[in-house]
Amino acid sequence: MDLIGYVLLFPLAGTVINGLLGKKLSKSVVGIIGCTTIGISFILSFFIFIDLLKLAPEHRVFEKDYFTWIGSGTFEAIAGLQVDPLSVVMILVVSGVGFLIHVYSVGYMHDDDGYYRYFTYLNLFTFSMLLLVLANNFLLMFIGWEGVGLCSYLLIGFWFEKKSASDAGMKAFIVNRIGDFGFILAIMLVFVTFKTIDFTEVFHAAPEHLQMGSFVATMITLLLFVGAVGKSAQIPLYTWLPDAMEGPTPVSALIHAATMVTAGVYMVVRCNVLYTLSPFSLTVVAVIGGVTALFAATIGLAQNDIKRVLAYSTVSQIGYMFLACGVGAYITGIFHLVTHAFFKALLFLGSGSVIHGLGGEQDMRKMGGLKKYMPTTYNTFLIGTLAIAGIPPFAGFFSKDEILLEAFTKGSLLFWALGAFAALLTAFYMFRLLFMTFHGKSNMAKHVEEHVHESPMSILIPLLVLALLSILGGFIGFPAASAINSFLAPVIGGGHHGMADGGSLHHVSNSLMFSMMGISTGIAVAGILLAYLMYIKQPDLPAKIVGRFKLIYTIIYNKYYVDEIYDATIVKPTVKTSFILWKVVDVKIIDGFVNAVARIVELKAEVLKLFQTGYVRNYALSILLGGVIIIVCSLILL
Amino acid sequence: MIPLTWYLILSGVLFSIGAVGVLIRRNAIVIFMCIELMLNAVNLAFVTFSRQLNSMDGQIFVFFIMTVAAAEAVVGLAIIIAIYRNKATVNVDDINLMKW
Repeated sequence: MDLIGYVLLFPLAGTVINGLLGKKLSKSVVGIIGCTTIGISFILSFFIFIDLLKLAPEHRVFEKDYFTWIGSGTFEAIAGLQVDPLSVVMILVVSGVGFLIHVYSVGYMHDDDGYYRYFTYLNLFTFSMLLLVLANNFLLMFIGWEGVGLCSYLLIGFWFEKKSASDAGMKAFIVNRIGDFGFILAIMLVFVTFKTIDFTEVFHAAPEHLQMGSFVATMITLLLFVGAVGKSAQIPLYTWLPDAMEGPTPVSALIHAATMVTAGVYMVVRCNVLYTLSPFSLTVVAVIGGVTALFAATIGLAQNDIKRVLAYSTVSQIGYMFLACGVGAYITGIFHLVTHAFFKALLFLGSGSVIHGLGGEQDMRKMGGLKKYMPTTYNTFLIGTLAIAGIPPFAGFFSKDEILLEAFTKGSLLFWALGAFAALLTAFYMFRLLFMTFHGKSNMAKHVEEHVHESPMSILIPLLVLALLSILGGFIGFPAASAINSFLAPVIGGGHHGMADGGSLHHVSNSLMFSMMGISTGIAVAGILLAYLMYIKQPDLPAKIVGRFKLIYTIIYNKYYVDEIYDATIVKPTVKTSFILWKVVDVKIIDGFVNAVARIVELKAEVLKLFQTGYVRNYALSILLGGVIIIVCSLILL
Repeated sequence: MIPLTWYLILSGVLFSIGAVGVLIRRNAIVIFMCIELMLNAVNLAFVTFSRQLNSMDGQIFVFFIMTVAAAEAVVGLAIIIAIYRNKATVNVDDINLMKW
């Protein structure tokens, strides 16, 4: 477990080597370096996991401090890592899924000129994400937080010569920044309240220091949540995620499905002690999570770009995770995070395989009938779609069903209704995607159809592994014997004292549990059947419905005009204000002031220079006068 | 005896003549002569006081002043010659390169 530092070191080494030497190395070497570093991280994470299991559940915390980073008066920030069940789950997911995506990228990005740049950024991202989840204090976590934001910008804008891509990169970074601002304020507030920013110390002191529902607790948790909203793309800071699909598809899979966007959820679960002390914040978290889940699902219904549908699906699923945290079921949120990582990465990588096979086509209306051309891609994609729709026994069913159950029992009927309706829509639009892409008659352009082919092994193998995980992954949370529940329980509620309840299902009756399962499955099947009806049985039905509900469809298709609203109310005024600040304040006022001072000096000098006549006689006169004055003065004084 | 006051008055008059000459005359050499005049006026004052106070200090100091005057005359005249070689004039009104 001492080797925890190496889990971080290898991706960092990969970044440095590929970054400095990548241009001179051959593509295969760059790829090998990029993948091996993450592979080693994963193996080390696995061994650390085994090590952790050997300890008794209450003692499963291991901290290692490396050096004091900032020591300034009473403020101390230490570079230290913390190994406990939560961070181990996260590093396994990050390094495991990350490794598969690195392998996938070797094939996918093979023809790209920026190959070495890509792997540098990807390794840097993995390093930052691992740092985020392993940090043992708020400030170090924030470094990882910022690092993943930076890499997100670099990778979204990877093809920076394309204007829409570089715009999307900037949008992602700026919207993230808004969230980061809240996060920084929260860190400062934590320090002011607790005089420390170390996780263990803060969470130990919190129950005694803060009263339940106190203003300070609420402010800290709300500000932290602002950061999470930005990073994890919830309402109102989700607008960057659909645009982020400008980046390469493996990037979308890694950053915007499996890891970075889940950082917010991780942070909320890590700070669960603080959140439990503020019921108001928990309600805010749950409401935003639930509303986002439904809102994004409605937008996903009408999108035609295959990646955009998946992007909105991601926003929606993360809403589910926050909904779970908000009702107090933190472990369930992490469970869904893990299963979502599997099937969402699978779906994104699968769509990448489709895009690759079609030579770059992303519009679903120009696909169709790909089942026979790309059978492996189709089969793995089908598994992913079944998982996200929540069909047993795939992974998504167990986690989503548990969220709905917890929302019903610990939250209220309203929360359950939000989640259930969103689940219906999820099943519908995911199968809509599947049918439009792989079934039916082909709408492909002629030249595309001639070249369509199944993807190479380096792309297919990760798909197969993720498909396997999507099938089996759910069983770590199999109800009544939930391994993940007991593994993560000590992390919730402070471990030694406080509630160790964190989402276990002991108190729910079996009949309620099974009936909820039945309802969830029924909802999923209903969504699938509706999609089947509209896209296979009666393909002209969608057009008819669009015709009848033209206004609603237009609003949804245009994403509720949120981007346009933000542009008009926030972006344009900000740009205008900045322009005024530049032209008027900076140039006229500030520069003018400095220039005016210079001009005054100049004018005085114009006057004073008249003394410099150059006539020696004038100078002699002044010497004489000076002498006379001194004599007179001395005579007067004496 | 001649009252010593008269010597002092003479010294003052000579000094004033010299000072006015420095300020009014245009020729550099004449200015130098006026400077010498001022120095000699001071010499006279020193000797007067030495006589009055019956001390040799004044007269010894006169020697110093004479030496300094000589050295200064040498240097000054050398500068005037250098200027003359450059500008073909010893009119101080024409030496105004330092004018703004």
